[in-house]
Amino acid sequence: MSGVVAGVDLRQAAPEPAAPDRRSPRNGVNRFTWQQKVVTYLVLAPLAILFVAPFAWLISASFQPMGEIFSTSPHWVPKDPTLEGYKGFLNVGHLTKAQQGQGHGDWRWFVNSAFVAIAITVLQTFFNALCAYCFAKRRFPGRNVIFMLFLATMMVPGQVTLIPNYLIIKHIPFFGGNDWMGNGGHGWLDSYWGLIMPGIVSAFGIFLIRQYMLSIPDQLLEAARIDGASEFRIFRSVVLPLCAPALAANAIFTFQGAWEDFFWPLIILSSPEKITAPVGLALFVVQNRTSWTLLFAGSVIATLPMIIVFLVFQRKFVQGIALTGVKG
Amino acid sequence: MATARPLGRTETDAVPVKAGGRWTRPRLRREIPHGNRRGVAARVWTQRSAYVFLLPGMLIFSVFTLAALIFAVYLTFHRWSIIEPDRPFVGLDNYRDMIQDERFTGSVLNTIYFSGASVPLSMAIGLLLALLLNLPLRLRGLFRAAFYLPVVTPFVVSAILWKWLYNGDYGLFNHYLLQAHLIDAPLLWLSDKNLAMPAVILMSVWAGTGFSMVVYLAGLQAIPDELYESARIDGAGVWQRLRYITIPMLRPTTLFLAVMGIISSLQVFTQIFVMTSGGPVNKTTTMVYYMYLWAFKYFDMGYASTLAFALFLMLLAFTALQLRLMRQGFDA
Repeated sequence: MSGVVAGVDLRQAAPEPAAPDRRSPRNGVNRFTWQQKVVTYLVLAPLAILFVAPFAWLISASFQPMGEIFSTSPHWVPKDPTLEGYKGFLNVGHLTKAQQGQGHGDWRWFVNSAFVAIAITVLQTFFNALCAYCFAKRRFPGRNVIFMLFLATMMVPGQVTLIPNYLIIKHIPFFGGNDWMGNGGHGWLDSYWGLIMPGIVSAFGIFLIRQYMLSIPDQLLEAARIDGASEFRIFRSVVLPLCAPALAANAIFTFQGAWEDFFWPLIILSSPEKITAPVGLALFVVQNRTSWTLLFAGSVIATLPMIIVFLVFQRKFVQGIALTGVKG
Repeated sequence: MATARPLGRTETDAVPVKAGGRWTRPRLRREIPHGNRRGVAARVWTQRSAYVFLLPGMLIFSVFTLAALIFAVYLTFHRWSIIEPDRPFVGLDNYRDMIQDERFTGSVLNTIYFSGASVPLSMAIGLLLALLLNLPLRLRGLFRAAFYLPVVTPFVVSAILWKWLYNGDYGLFNHYLLQAHLIDAPLLWLSDKNLAMPAVILMSVWAGTGFSMVVYLAGLQAIPDELYESARIDGAGVWQRLRYITIPMLRPTTLFLAVMGIISSLQVFTQIFVMTSGGPVNKTTTMVYYMYLWAFKYFDMGYASTLAFALFLMLLAFTALQLRLMRQGFDA
């Protein structure tokens, strides 16, 4: 079944009509004089430069050798461009442990980050949608109680459950040398299980997708039921394609959040080869290692996926913020 | 699967029938409402697939949210060190210690300082930018991208970058301030006890303004043009339209941004960890960073949980407000 069902009008966020071109003077509402235009640009331009300058510096510095970064007058265009920093991340496999200890970056940080972020995004979007479908379209005893429970936990900030979750992860039975009572070993600490599992449902995501699913007409599901589709079939072939915008919003926010998540990976992971990019970069700087070229190169690499996600999904992104009012 | 499910439904069930002089359609069995006289057990059995669908989510949720919450309460009444085997019950000692702990009260004040400065600033600048970028400018898209860039940058990266910009000897800030003769000697941004917090705030405003801008832009676009048109016909100028139409119409957006901003700014951690490590002399130790210290540097999970609950209490009021706003926004 395709995503478009004839005659079915989705309430919100269905492909939005092309935005009216505000550059053309319509009804005189948005016409303004050239003096006003100049003033506007005079306010915007310096602000924009202030906002972009740190970022431009980051990119420039990632190509500068150490001596140039530390020169007394900053160079905005590298005089002697080098790929040293970027190479540092690719060549690390050939370096000894001692050299790594002296402050070399690791390409595995990014692979780890990508793996964790993609795993969380895929699993969370799927499980959120499953739960949301039950809350939106099924009627079963206990539905409202369970849903209210989910909603209520949205009020609990992550910091309150952070410490108990750390201990729970440490005491997961049968993992990491633990016995069936969860004692003896380190459980899911320092493993991706501990990083991913708590992230595969989100009360907010369920709420977001449920609200969207409410707009799918019941008759459509009934029709599928009469045709003999199983519940999972209905979910997969009718409901999921129809709430693609909500799923996309959920996936984008989840990916962004998981990619730049810092606190949870910081406390869960400890092996240098397992840490994710934000943790690696932060520990690098906190431990006062000196290779800023490397650090800046790593920062640029860590930012690239975010920028790509943003550029590709720009429209959906802004739409999603309008839909949910929330980032991350 | 083309075969019908063995639940006794046939296609004729859904065909409208004339009953009592009105055309009604018999309900399908799976949609039996809660008030039905059939027993709960029967209804649970009929709807069993719904529970199967919910199972994975519920399982994760029960362990990492419900159980964790109960465990957190339990922890606050214990001296629970992860390096000592002995975990005695201490009653309300942790709470008493917390109230008497000067570093804790200091961290609360620091957190309020941070929120009180960063939230209004990023909202005000965000509103200004949104107002300007809602005008029909040729380079509008480019400007929007420029102001949104810091939001897309991972937070750790922003913090690292700004730590360098603030560097006393080589940082760009000191370099340009010295060149402009605004200062005589380099400032120690992150190690001066009066400057450290403002420096962190400045970086956070840089990182967060783009988000306010986008939300405000969405709010602005929802205001119907007719309002402005009729105001214009009535002779209202730019300022009057701003004062009597734009600002009031943006009230829900403003409220939403304020609540969201406060909630997230009270949880500030990453910048502190990367840029100042809570120093100098605890001047940038925020509540979450202080909690982190107790849990993962001093290893007292009991006291750290108590600190987390203090944060929870501060957040509760704002979160309740947020939930209410969200429900209004969605059910409308």
